[in-house]
Formats: sequence, structure tokens, C-alpha cells
Amino acid sequence: MNVVMQGISKAFGPVRVLEEVDFAIAGGEIHALMGENGAGKSTLMKILSGVYRSDGGAISIDGQPVQIRSTRQAEACGIAIIHQELNLIPQLSVMENLFLGREPARFGVIDHARMRREAAAQLAALGADNIDPEAEAGLLSIGQQQMVEIAKALAMDARLLIMDEPTAALTEREIDTLFGLMRSLKAQGVAIVYVSHRMEEIFRICDKISVLRDGRFVGERVIARTDFDEVVRMMVGREIGDRFPRRSAAPGAVRLQVKGLADEHHVRDISFEVRAGEVLGVAGLMGAGRSEILKTLFGLNRRCAGAVLLDGVALQLDSPGAAIAAGLAFVTEDRKSQGLVLGMSVRENATLVHLPQYARLGVVSDAAEQQAVAGLIEQLRIRTRDAELEVKSLSGGNQQKVVFAKWLAQPPKVLLLDEPTRGVDVGGKAEIYHIINQLAAAGVAIVMVSSELPEVMAMSNRILVIHEGRQTGLFEAASATQESIMAAATGTAHAA
Amino acid sequence: MTPKQKATLQRLGPFIALVLVSVGLAVLSPDFLTVANLLNVMRQVSINALIAFGMTLVILLGGIDLSVGSILALSSVAIATLIQAGVDPLLATLLGVLGGGLMGLFNGLVISKGKVAPFIATLASMTILRGLALVVSGGSPITGFNSDLFSMLGGGYVAGLVPIPVVWMLIMFGLFAFLLKKTVFGRHVYATGGNEEAARLSGVKVDQVKLWVYTLSGAMSAMAGVVLTSRLNSAQPTAGSGYELDAIAAVVLGGTSLTGGRGWIFGTLMGALLIGVLNNGLNLLGVSSFYQQVIKGVVILLAVLIDRSGKK
Repeated sequence: MNVVMQGISKAFGPVRVLEEVDFAIAGGEIHALMGENGAGKSTLMKILSGVYRSDGGAISIDGQPVQIRSTRQAEACGIAIIHQELNLIPQLSVMENLFLGREPARFGVIDHARMRREAAAQLAALGADNIDPEAEAGLLSIGQQQMVEIAKALAMDARLLIMDEPTAALTEREIDTLFGLMRSLKAQGVAIVYVSHRMEEIFRICDKISVLRDGRFVGERVIARTDFDEVVRMMVGREIGDRFPRRSAAPGAVRLQVKGLADEHHVRDISFEVRAGEVLGVAGLMGAGRSEILKTLFGLNRRCAGAVLLDGVALQLDSPGAAIAAGLAFVTEDRKSQGLVLGMSVRENATLVHLPQYARLGVVSDAAEQQAVAGLIEQLRIRTRDAELEVKSLSGGNQQKVVFAKWLAQPPKVLLLDEPTRGVDVGGKAEIYHIINQLAAAGVAIVMVSSELPEVMAMSNRILVIHEGRQTGLFEAASATQESIMAAATGTAHAA
Repeated sequence: MTPKQKATLQRLGPFIALVLVSVGLAVLSPDFLTVANLLNVMRQVSINALIAFGMTLVILLGGIDLSVGSILALSSVAIATLIQAGVDPLLATLLGVLGGGLMGLFNGLVISKGKVAPFIATLASMTILRGLALVVSGGSPITGFNSDLFSMLGGGYVAGLVPIPVVWMLIMFGLFAFLLKKTVFGRHVYATGGNEEAARLSGVKVDQVKLWVYTLSGAMSAMAGVVLTSRLNSAQPTAGSGYELDAIAAVVLGGTSLTGGRGWIFGTLMGALLIGVLNNGLNLLGVSSFYQQVIKGVVILLAVLIDRSGKK
């Protein structure tokens, strides 16, 4: 099926989100849609899938003009969207989810046998026959849940699949499975729109790429005939210099020593040192226990064994409060659920950690607080019209900078970063790398967990690799290769 | 209108509603807009307002406290029993308020350390404490503990004009507004209610915040109990039942979100006054108490619906 969107415009109140955007995709094509946060990607896809109505422009399918006024109409046209936040009902079974809203029934009584049969057949057709149709959806892995969503879309005869950041929460292995499935759907003539920030994956799986910037269509390229640099230029409209800015300062004395750390789950025997001004990257597959190491260091998870020394002094680490007092800071993985209080202002979030610093006898001094926040906004180049704006109105990159601000109100000795650039666009990433480098230059010891290998390799001095809760490698970044890291991360090598 | 102006107008919604209703009543009834009547309304409102101030903190945390009425009753009979036993009335009052705080602390412990949902935890303590109030009092009202000083606390007047409960209400309003707006504790209440996980990860001692908030709610309920007992010169083990709903209504009318993290004390005061003015006005107009309930319910529903539509 060939879908053509022409001259699509959309405004929300006075804000013009899309200005005469064109987008075309053919059956059997995987087409990446890229652009910085706020460029209009999701709005365009929401128009295509019937969530929003466009103010102007036309959509045609196989040459026939169509009106898509609701998600139901989009489904009838064969268009399905798989959101980043999966839409399964966790308490219902896989098959109940698959048939939600169109349960096979006789006189209102569900025909469970038929449902199970058809669900099994649909899952098998995707090569996902390891998923039990009667399993509770919420208990499946994220990758499996995604398979169920795809099965659900295909069961409604979708000929165009829109996938929004489908790999964000997947392990490497699950990504391979997903890409295999995408290739077979492509062979069956399904068109796939692939919305993602991950360049490496786009160049691996997509045929074409369309780029949006500030609500306008910048251009379309055939993947085989373009490169990273051109795409980045198209997205940000300027050279951003190095994707990964260099750091010049050499690391100083040992700051953080971790010896034989174990938690109450599956993290065992973790030992490493981080010097002042050094970035230690932590690589590994999803679920390997990387975040758990940070949580244990920060006093969130109970430490069962091992010692942690900061500047040679042993730390207790029994609560986040104690960790903060000792000079630790923790930029958490998921800024919406763990990093920010979304309903609060930029100011209130930025001072959440070190608020007592601006208070006397528990009473906050407005002047001291506002001054500190103004300084942080300046230092981190947070783009917000007003420190009193709710933090949720900011872009992903600026939200992430507010999370950093929270911890920098008082310079930490050790900074723990968990996926510091997840959901941040290219331009924002570069700025966050700059912040990391500045902090390193100021002598902060940094531990950075990241699932993006290029990021880990470019930003770290050394790389610790975790596999199933144990360390399987400790590399000098200069001599590490993607292959050696992946081998350690999958447990097929024993370098350390 | 800029978004900021719109937000301000939104926040002033409860105040505007109060003014509109008051103007309407002033037109309809000549007795409404008199100093004596307005002070009377404020006096009637004070008990609900005191409870609702504490409830505001609880609801800001995303919690709920159903036990306020029972705490009121148990502290009331406890104070009466102490005074009858010859304890100094002021000391007895102090002990009663402290006891209310302890009852709240118990709620807080069950909720934060026991990880029980606030609705369930306070539903249980509501029943337990009501039962204890009946046990302590033997099931009948306690009277005959006349003490001029104690009677002043709820029944006296400042300068022969302003009822003392109104003074309590205004003092506590100021204290709570200051607490929420100006202190580290207040900020931590908003943060915990807005995103408990993020607050914990930011080093906020979330459990401690909860303990304090439920303790305050208990102490405020006991304080309302002092006012009530003093005014009636009798302590009733059945007093205060249903008060939790009036307090919740005042908080919600004031624009505080039941999901936590958003709200303010001024709104709660307006909400409590609105309920009080409605009660008073409808009485003056001779509307039957059956219809009064219907009207009150409709007003609450309307207020919340308007609040909702404004947020979209």
C-alpha cells in the first residue's frame, strides 16, 4: 500500500506544529522518520493514525484520497500505530489483549477455545510461538509485549505500521528479533514507519529516511546514499561539531573505590575504581544489573556485601539521604517517573535535592533560591521562558538538564548517571556530553550506565561490562571495540 | 489572557465562587450580610476548616484521612474525662491535642511503614478510634465538667465580638499557609505528593514527611474536638461522624487535586467558607434541610466539573 501525505499543516492554538509537511511511504518499505524533539514527528504520525485531524493538506492511499478522522477510520484504512508506551492491559491475558474490543463471542459469551486457537496462530505467524496466549500480559518482557502489540495490529489487517521508538526498552537480542520480524513483514509488503533517535539502528534496518525540523519537511534520503553527518545536519540545521565532544583533562587521584559489591538481587562481586575527572562507562544488556549497581551505591537497594570508599573513607550508604550527604549524585534512568516532579516548576525541581541550603530553620529564602536557580539555568543552558514554568512543558533535553541541575546545586564528588541521554535529541545530547565533560574537568568522578554503545565508547575513559549481575570485562576505552564489549556483555568472553 | 493569568484565575475560582454565592444570598436575604451573621457563619465553619487544613496536607500527599471524625470524638471524650478527674483544663486540652497527634501518627506508621493504602488504613482506625471513644465514655455523653477557662476555648469572644474559634481558624490558616509555601517541609509535601519516587531519589525522607502529615491531621482533628466540646460543654462519643466528608469536600472545592501534589490552603479555607455560607444562606431562606443536602452536593459537583474543564 502506498501512502502519500501532502502539505499537512497543524496548529495547536497559536503554535504551528506542522507547516505543509510531505511524507510518502510505499508497501514493502521501512521508512525512518527523524527529527529533534518537538520537530513534529509524533504530531504527523498522530494525524496519519487518526488521533489528530490536520488543519490542511491531503492524504491518499494507493492514489485514492482518504479522510482519516478517527483511529477507527485509520484502522479501517489498514494503518496501525505501536506507541512507545505499550498499550496492553497488564492484568488481562495475551489473547484477551489481542482480541480486545472484538472478542469472538456467541450471544455475548466469549468463545475462549476459538480465541486461544486464533491467538496462538497469530503469534506463531510472527515467530513468537514462545508466548503463551493465556499468560498475563503484564508478566511478559517488554520485547514480548511489543510482539503482542504487533500481532494485534496485524490481526486488524494493518498494511502500514507506525512504530514509535520501538527499541527504547529492548535488549540487544530482542532488537535482533524485532528487526527479523520487521524484515519479514517488509517482504510481505507491509509498510513500516520507524520513528527513532537511534541512528545506528536506522542505518541498519531502514530503506529511506525523512527528516523534519521545526514542523517543516527538510528532505528524504535513500539510506544507502546518505550518512550520519548529513542526517544530523538535516535535523539540526547546522553543524553540531563532534557528536561526542572531547575531554582533555587527565584523571586525578582515585575518588570512588568499590570492592566486592553485592545486592540482595543478582549483583555479585563488583569491584572498580573511579578517579577524579574520570568517566567510567558501564555497558551490558538490559536487565544485566547495571542500574542495580548504581541504586546500591546510592543507598536505594540494600548492600549485602562489599565496601564502598570515597576518598579513602568507607561509606555507610543506607539511604539516599546519606549518599547525598557523602557527596553522591544520581541522575536516574527515567526522568518522568524518577527524576522530576512533573507538576512542579523548573525552580522547584532544580532545588529539590539541596533545598535546605537555601533555608534557615526550615524556612526557604525566596531570594537565595531564585538566585541559585538562575545560576543553574545559565550554567546548564536550560531553555525555559521562566523558571516558574512547569517542568513538563520543557523538551526532553531541557528536562534532562533540569535533572542535572537538581544535583549540581551543590557540586557532587561522584556523579552516577543512568542512561543520561535517553529520549534526548541529537542537539540536546551534545549539550549533555558537554556538561558531563565540564563536570569531569571539575574533578567529579562519573559512573555512566548507557545502552548506547557509541556513547559509552566515546564518553568513557574505561568501560566496565556487566553480564547477569557480574562483571565480565573492564576495558580501556581507547582499546575497546564494539565486538569485545558485546562479547563480554553476552557472556561469551572472559576478559576480567 | 496569558497562561499565567489564566492559571491565577483558575486558582481564584473558589474565591470567586464564594463571592458570587455571597452576593446572591445578600440579595435574596436581608439577614445574610450582617456582621453578626457573617461572624456566626465563620464560627460554624471553624471546626470543619480546622480539620480541612490538616486534610489538605494529607490530600496533597495523594492520601486520604477518614479517621478525622473519630479522632475528634476520642480526644473530646478523653479531655472531658481528664477534666472530670480533676486535671487542669488547659493541660487536659494540651494532652488531648497531643493524643490526637499520636492517633494520626499511628495512621502514618501504618501507611508509610506498613505500606497500607491510606483509605484502608484510616478506614480501620476510624472504626477502632470510634469504638475506643464509646469505650472511654461508656457510650453516653460526658457532661458536667464546667470550667470557665475551657468554655472560653470554643465559646468565648475576643473583644466581645469575634468568636475565639474563628481566631483559631485564622491562626491555623496562617500557620499552614506558611508551612506549605515557605518551608522545606512544605516543599517536600508537594514533591512527595507529585512524584513520590522522584522525591525519594532526591533524598527527601518520604516516610518522615508522611508521618508528620498524618500526625498534623490528627492534631488538627483533636483541636476541632476541643472547640466542639468547649462550645457544647459536653463530650459525645458519637460526635464528628461524617466530618471527614465535609473536610474532603472543602479541600476539593478549594481546588486541591485528589491525586496529590497540587493545591493550597487558601483554597481549602474558601471551600470551607463556601460550604458554610451555603448552609447558612439556605437556612435563612428557609430551605428544608433535605433540599440543602441536594444543593450542597450539586454545588460540589459543579465546582469540580468547572475545575476540570478549566484544566483542559
